[in-house]
Amino acid sequence: MAKITLDGLAHSYYPNPKTDADFALKELNYEWDDGGAYALLGPSGCGKTTLLNIISGLLVPSKGNILFGSENVTELQPEQRNIAQVFQFPVIYDTMTVRQNLEFPLVNRQVPKNEIDKRVADMIQVLDLEDKADRKARGLTADEKQKISLGRGLVRYDVNAILFDEPLTVIDPHMKWQLRTKLKDLHRQLGHTMIYVTHDQTEALTFADKVVVMYEGEVVQIGTPEELFDEPAHTFVGYFIGSPGMNILSSQVKGKTARIGSHEINLAHEYRALEENAEVGIRPEFVTLSSGKTGMPVQVKSVEDIGRFKIVRASLEGQDVNAVLPEGAPVPADPKVSFDMSRINIYENSHLVRRGA
Amino acid sequence: MDKTYNNKAWLLVLPVFVLVALSAIIPIMTVVNYSVQDTFGNNEFFWAGTEWFQDVLNSERFWNSLSRNLLFSFIILCIEIPLGIGIALCMPKKGPWVPVCLVLMALPLLIPWNVVGTIWQIFGRADIGLLGHTLDAIGVDYNYTSNIFDAWVTIIVMDVWHWTSLVVLLCYAGLASIPDAYYQAARIDGASKWSVFRFIQLPKLRGVLIIAFLLRFMDSFMIYTEPFVLTGGGPGNSTTFMSIDLVKQAIGQFDLGPAAAMSLIYQLIIILICYVFFTVMSHTGADKPEQGAAE
Repeated sequence: MAKITLDGLAHSYYPNPKTDADFALKELNYEWDDGGAYALLGPSGCGKTTLLNIISGLLVPSKGNILFGSENVTELQPEQRNIAQVFQFPVIYDTMTVRQNLEFPLVNRQVPKNEIDKRVADMIQVLDLEDKADRKARGLTADEKQKISLGRGLVRYDVNAILFDEPLTVIDPHMKWQLRTKLKDLHRQLGHTMIYVTHDQTEALTFADKVVVMYEGEVVQIGTPEELFDEPAHTFVGYFIGSPGMNILSSQVKGKTARIGSHEINLAHEYRALEENAEVGIRPEFVTLSSGKTGMPVQVKSVEDIGRFKIVRASLEGQDVNAVLPEGAPVPADPKVSFDMSRINIYENSHLVRRGA
Repeated sequence: MDKTYNNKAWLLVLPVFVLVALSAIIPIMTVVNYSVQDTFGNNEFFWAGTEWFQDVLNSERFWNSLSRNLLFSFIILCIEIPLGIGIALCMPKKGPWVPVCLVLMALPLLIPWNVVGTIWQIFGRADIGLLGHTLDAIGVDYNYTSNIFDAWVTIIVMDVWHWTSLVVLLCYAGLASIPDAYYQAARIDGASKWSVFRFIQLPKLRGVLIIAFLLRFMDSFMIYTEPFVLTGGGPGNSTTFMSIDLVKQAIGQFDLGPAAAMSLIYQLIIILICYVFFTVMSHTGADKPEQGAAE
């Protein structure tokens, strides 16, 4: 196991990239801790799979280096990197039994027979596949097959990292949750560095200690789920994480006031004057609707009752504002919105402006 | 669930039914008709019962040509299937050579059977054929018209040349459908080339191999045109396969009864062997998936 260092990493699928737009992955400099659980989260085409393939060695980056511990592995083949990967679709060896599948990577590495038997027996137990150990792998369900693909990586105790490429895509919804919990358990038990690619925020937020949010080939934020929720570094993160996403309202900011359309609101912190391209970000969870005199009048466009809470979609002088109302709370007839001031984030050119800056 | 039954739907099946009736069912019934009757022409028929079938099954001639067929198909399959897989594995996966290879492979398949026979007939002649002449020149005594072994070798090589492409194309399509993730996973698992073939490629080719196997078996078991053109069934009767024998009997000797009986037996054998092959091949190695298992 090892720390993973991304040193000036960038990749383009074109032979001679010129502009920034030619890069599928823009320059990255990060260090990922040994034993961490990371999720690469982002929409399709954001470069997360490119990054994963660079880490696994299926792709050699156009620029920069990747280090496992202190070893530069940029040019090494996947089999030389000592990593494991779980793919979108379960990859199993059809003609082998579950046990033979798990033995396979060890047999190929000429691990002694008694050691193989011991490790595979352990792994079958860890994966809860005892009763199916000697069945042909092809007859199993998708989630069991996916466990086998994972197990083939885990039996090699010394893997540097285990990579997951949207591993729950083909799993039935009710099994997804179980398998994710299992993954989390295994991470705690075995302490491998795990890197998990997904476009599903729930998967990313429940699985990872640190979520790496990517957008158009760039890492826009690395943080814990709380950080991503409370202080999105980029309006994309605010919008992408959360359901519904953060409200982003264009405004002018100066000192402790922000002007949204014809209204002025007081901010909890002081900011320098931001005249252009400034935005106020507020999570729908921190927006309240009232019929009182305070607040900004809005037109309600729709109300979605989704059981435990209601989502009110409204318009504030042409800008969309969503609010989350607790179950049973009535939607006022002539509503006004107000924001929880301590939860407001200010953005300039889509990037978070630090408080006091 | 409530279904609406509409008997008018049968009308839609009618054209196909008429077509199949004219092209298959009625001709087969005619054959059945001949096989149980005797005729001396003039449209006079006498009931013969199972006599012709007994005759055919008791004749040495029938068993000889049947064993020739079985031997031929066996040799053909033993050569063409492994060779086809091998060539498919060697073909490039992408790049400008893919269409070139595919066209080269498809070429023999586009040539009519009798032309294939003629090509090889001329190719193998010692006086004007390139192959025959070359072999003659280097001192090999090769003559497919007088030597039984040479005749067989020529027919087998000809069939391999003609039909291996079919196996290649099927296998190539099968290989192309294996997702990259399998190869990537195998690399990560440290699998050797042989393991990749044995545990990924071969199992994934099973479906197309069953088809290739059945097609090649049926075709080779029914072989007629090529040996007919090349050797005419000779030397002696050494390359008289069942189909050639059948034609000799039906058209050469005009023994319609025995010929009809023989063709029915012939057809039964093909159906039977294909059924057995298919059942065996699709069951070996196939674990029944659990209910609800996603495949």
